Amino acid sequence: MSDIWSAFGRALGLIASLDANLFAIIGLSLKVSFTAVALAAAIGLPLGAAVAVFRFPGRGAVAAFLNALMGLPPVVVGLLVYLMLSRAGPLGVLGLLFTPTAMIVAQCLLVVPIVAALTRQAVEDLWREYAEQLRSLGAGPGRAWRTLLWDARFTLATVVLAGFGRAIAEVGAVMIVGGNIDHVTRVMTTAIALETSKGDLELALGLGTVLIALSFTVSGAAQAVKDRAQGRAG
Amino acid sequence: MRAVASILPLVLDNVVFAVGAARLIDGLSFTLDRGPRTVILGPNGAGKSLTLRLCHGLIAPGAGRLTWRGDGGAVSPARRQAMVFQSPVMLRRSALANVVYGLAVNGVARRRRRDLAMAALDRVGLANLAERSARALSTGEQQRLALARAWALRPEVLFLDEPTANLDPAATRAVEAIIDAVHGSGTKIVMTTHDLAQARRLADEVLFLHHGRLVERAPAEAFFNRPVSPEARAFIKGELLW
Amino acid sequence: MVSRLLGRRGLCLALVLGLGLAFVPSAGVIGAGSALAGERFIVVASTTSTQNSGLFRYLLPKFAKKTGIEVRVVAVGTRQAIRLAERGDADVLFVHHRPSEDAFVAAGYGVSRHDVMYNDFVIVGPKADPAGIRGTRDAAKALARIAAAAAPFVSRGDDSGTNKKELGLWKTAGVDPAAASGSWYRESGSGMGATLNTAAAMSAYTLADRATWLSFANKGDLVVVVEGDKVLYNPYGVILVSPTRYPQVKVKDGQAFIDWLISPEGQAAIAAFRIDGRQVFFPDAG
Repeated sequence: MSDIWSAFGRALGLIASLDANLFAIIGLSLKVSFTAVALAAAIGLPLGAAVAVFRFPGRGAVAAFLNALMGLPPVVVGLLVYLMLSRAGPLGVLGLLFTPTAMIVAQCLLVVPIVAALTRQAVEDLWREYAEQLRSLGAGPGRAWRTLLWDARFTLATVVLAGFGRAIAEVGAVMIVGGNIDHVTRVMTTAIALETSKGDLELALGLGTVLIALSFTVSGAAQAVKDRAQGRAG
Repeated sequence: MRAVASILPLVLDNVVFAVGAARLIDGLSFTLDRGPRTVILGPNGAGKSLTLRLCHGLIAPGAGRLTWRGDGGAVSPARRQAMVFQSPVMLRRSALANVVYGLAVNGVARRRRRDLAMAALDRVGLANLAERSARALSTGEQQRLALARAWALRPEVLFLDEPTANLDPAATRAVEAIIDAVHGSGTKIVMTTHDLAQARRLADEVLFLHHGRLVERAPAEAFFNRPVSPEARAFIKGELLW
Repeated sequence: MVSRLLGRRGLCLALVLGLGLAFVPSAGVIGAGSALAGERFIVVASTTSTQNSGLFRYLLPKFAKKTGIEVRVVAVGTRQAIRLAERGDADVLFVHHRPSEDAFVAAGYGVSRHDVMYNDFVIVGPKADPAGIRGTRDAAKALARIAAAAAPFVSRGDDSGTNKKELGLWKTAGVDPAAASGSWYRESGSGMGATLNTAAAMSAYTLADRATWLSFANKGDLVVVVEGDKVLYNPYGVILVSPTRYPQVKVKDGQAFIDWLISPEGQAAIAAFRIDGRQVFFPDAG
């Protein structure tokens, strides 16, 4: 218990000292995860909506597959991306291994299934409610998927936030494809893993506290924006 | 304004709709044409809502044919007809935006949409609520909004499925007044109701359904005062039909 | 109240700006993160034990200052480091397991191997010393006594250089620890740090390299019980990854790093590195 209190203290001390290294690591964590989630949303939102609304053979299997992919282990995704980007691999010429770009790719792959699967469920529920009315107005699936995405925007904001939570908190994927290189690819989670392996548990917990506070801040800000918008749109 | 060919009359020829072994619509044949406000009456489970949905094109008949004029037999729901449902479905946006959506889907030019939508809202008495969130409106207001949305499309036929079943008397009166106005602007009204009094108020002609079949069809005055079929007589008297 | 002041658009804008500002201090870092033309860097695959000792933090800035080349160290287990280099994902390999290094060069993955430095392994254990081995000079004999006493021992179990050294010692002692795996012999399957954490928590013996041990912050009640045996000597080698195998290898800059490490200047820097006032790495190039 005293460890946890001292962790809070350590966390506050780290932030108050305005340690440049710490802020660089925080900045990189945010950059990688935000970019990954933005890309994943751009892919996953339309994908989920399309699966929800269009009829095609194997639709049920696709939905089940997306659901299952939500449980992808980050370390496995990291391994697969590493094998692709490795110089001995098919995309080695891109020279992306051990860069933040590789980390963004890996996290994006982790988050797309979450966004797509949850979007599919939300949009499917709405489609059930709206289908008759929308079709009556002349909006078939081709139009409806966009309409429903916008109508479900508050639920989907939470879905994207869930994706962000997954990205900012994972260590398996970014460790393998990033290499935890000092000043280059070290993010909060890999820094915590490093300090733990060095036995500096107090610092590790302190960093962990900072990371949790970061997550809280992002999700709190998102909630505030959502509440205001929801108050207006009903 | 260029003359557009009318989509009426609508001809139903022995239309059947079955779910499993049960024939919910059992050989329906009739013609709908311009002019009279048509009310489809019948007890619950008679197939009134199904009939509307078949006419509007939301579901396809299992057997039989449904033909709009000047058309090979395939009907697309959005073509010059609109429908108002018992429970209005409103998008999560303002009242005005809901009407604009209908216009946008039907290809109205962007610069005209807002004005047309405001005019429609005005006609149903919701102009002052244009920027309000549609979901925040009362059920009666939402139903009027649904009417505005449908009317803005200038449909030739307006189907209404029990439009006031969920509304209080004041809202019902407002909606009936709007239906009247829509009819007055030249749109064919086809409406279902289980409310006899409403039917008396609104109908010019009555189609009486029972067990998915058309049992009687007559001008309103004749139907209510001199019903021919025993089922119709029983229904008007207020007895339960099964 | 802030939201009322700014309005919805304003709040969104403030959020975006705030996040953008968070990135300004790290803008330099982001720049360093991309493989831009004109940016000189090499990737060195090395081990966690070397990294955790702090040696690289100490050495690399000196090299960068002299040559302008940034050295990016990917620190993983010895075996993983070798695999990385075998796939051409590193320009230079810097590990401490002679047989594997020789095999690496022989198979054509590396150009040639150079001695750089050595440190030593130590056996650490609980102060209470249930196997009674404190002060023993013979490492293999000490392990035999641990087996005889069935005292808890944590192994890295990850095929690393340290692990291979440990298994070699068991063999010399004539003990097969795998038979006892799960009882007094615990295989953690992880790096040196995690293994030490486990040993400290379990009050168990383990084999560790001195550099990691000295810089480890969670010693618990563990102390050094056996040291100084010649067999515990741990030499490091550095190898340039073969450009004939992988044309993308940065030959010039990679070789520059190797040359510096084995130069008098580099060797002196290694010797000058201290943890708690003690020299940990002993240069032995040439």
